[in-house]
Amino acid sequence: MKAPIQFRLNGEETATFADAGANLLDVLREAVGDLSVKGGCWQGTCGTCTVLVDGAPRLSCITLAESCAGKSIETVAGLRRGADLHPLQTSFMEHFAAQCGYCTPGMLMAAKALLDRNLNPTRAEVVDAICGNICRCTGYEPIIAAILEAARLEASLGANQRRA
Amino acid sequence: MSVTVKTFARLEEAAAALSSERGARFLGGGTLVMRALNEADPAITTIVRATDPGLAQITVSSSRVELGAGVTMAMILAERELAFLHPVARAVGGPAVREAATVGGNLFAPSPYGDFATALLALDATVTLAGQGARELPLEELLGRRDRGVSLVARVAFRRPASDTFRFAKVTRVRPKGVSVLSIAAQLPLASGRVAGGRVAYGALERTPVRAKAVERALEGRSLDRGAIAPALAAAADGVAPVDDAIASAWWRREILPVHLRRLLLGEAT
Repeated sequence: MKAPIQFRLNGEETATFADAGANLLDVLREAVGDLSVKGGCWQGTCGTCTVLVDGAPRLSCITLAESCAGKSIETVAGLRRGADLHPLQTSFMEHFAAQCGYCTPGMLMAAKALLDRNLNPTRAEVVDAICGNICRCTGYEPIIAAILEAARLEASLGANQRRA
Repeated sequence: MSVTVKTFARLEEAAAALSSERGARFLGGGTLVMRALNEADPAITTIVRATDPGLAQITVSSSRVELGAGVTMAMILAERELAFLHPVARAVGGPAVREAATVGGNLFAPSPYGDFATALLALDATVTLAGQGARELPLEELLGRRDRGVSLVARVAFRRPASDTFRFAKVTRVRPKGVSVLSIAAQLPLASGRVAGGRVAYGALERTPVRAKAVERALEGRSLDRGAIAPALAAAADGVAPVDDAIASAWWRREILPVHLRRLLLGEAT
């Protein structure tokens, strides 16, 4: 049986139908068509499917879609800022933080959850922020460097905007 | 097989729905039940949810702590008054799991999960069940019969430990996020520098968290120095039956138990 569900996806009101018991990942990909969210394990283990629900990182594969009714969901498809990439995306490219790229959407959203509340993270805080996200290519170091660099970029951008 | 999702505003209604159907499961944070649903577990026919605000309530006074069963690890990490529990909450998964994983769910998490339940066992927590025949029972009793079906848990409560008397260590092969080879929690109140009424609990050692009663007895009246804790270390594995699993062998768990217990009791890094 399908149930109607409404939420805000990357700032846009979205209405769809979800099978009873469906997880958010399957609903985003199959019902809404947001293919930027990737599925890896469907067990809440790999972090590939990380999205933000009301600003908090959530594993969409183990999140009941119905529980997201009325909430704000952010995926990597909504990360760019107008015509520009998000500093995290730019930094990931510059630091070669993606190889096969499959973990990247989840990594970016986990990193965004951190930077949204902390623009001066320590390396340990970055490691903790992505500790639920598995990457089998990079060895993590380029990802950590990219997030730290993006935080510096964001912090300096904010400081410049405050001065202007 | 399709499932039905039933959402209730009151926990008592959810408890009634849960007990009325053999294939009903309560959905807390989803870290356990959604996995089973994704694997099309045929034993699950109905998902029961509750939006009762009491589930997410944290009440901390100078002497007592009450945690709604729906309180998440992230909520505990955001509560300064519960700083003594922060190392435990942080040991549960990564940030996204902590946003979902609940106190109530952890009580039913199969080994090697359940580090938070291990901490609650050392804190001598009680559990209040919801619904008809609601009552308060020791967590130890609930853990002993959790696989035989119990009513819905509404909240847990425990006496707030005196400062610096609660300790927790998680032993894992992968840092910062890995499942437990072993976890140890201890509440060690001191009277005149000696342990008085201490509680020690092990997680990931057996099928559920267990108390280390031999260790508790050996620590009673002792100070926490290297010489005085020797009998407790000698009794570290007395009365417990470590399991073999994919994480570690029973033999290995038995071997490392006194090492990590010593570090915990002496306040050394694990």
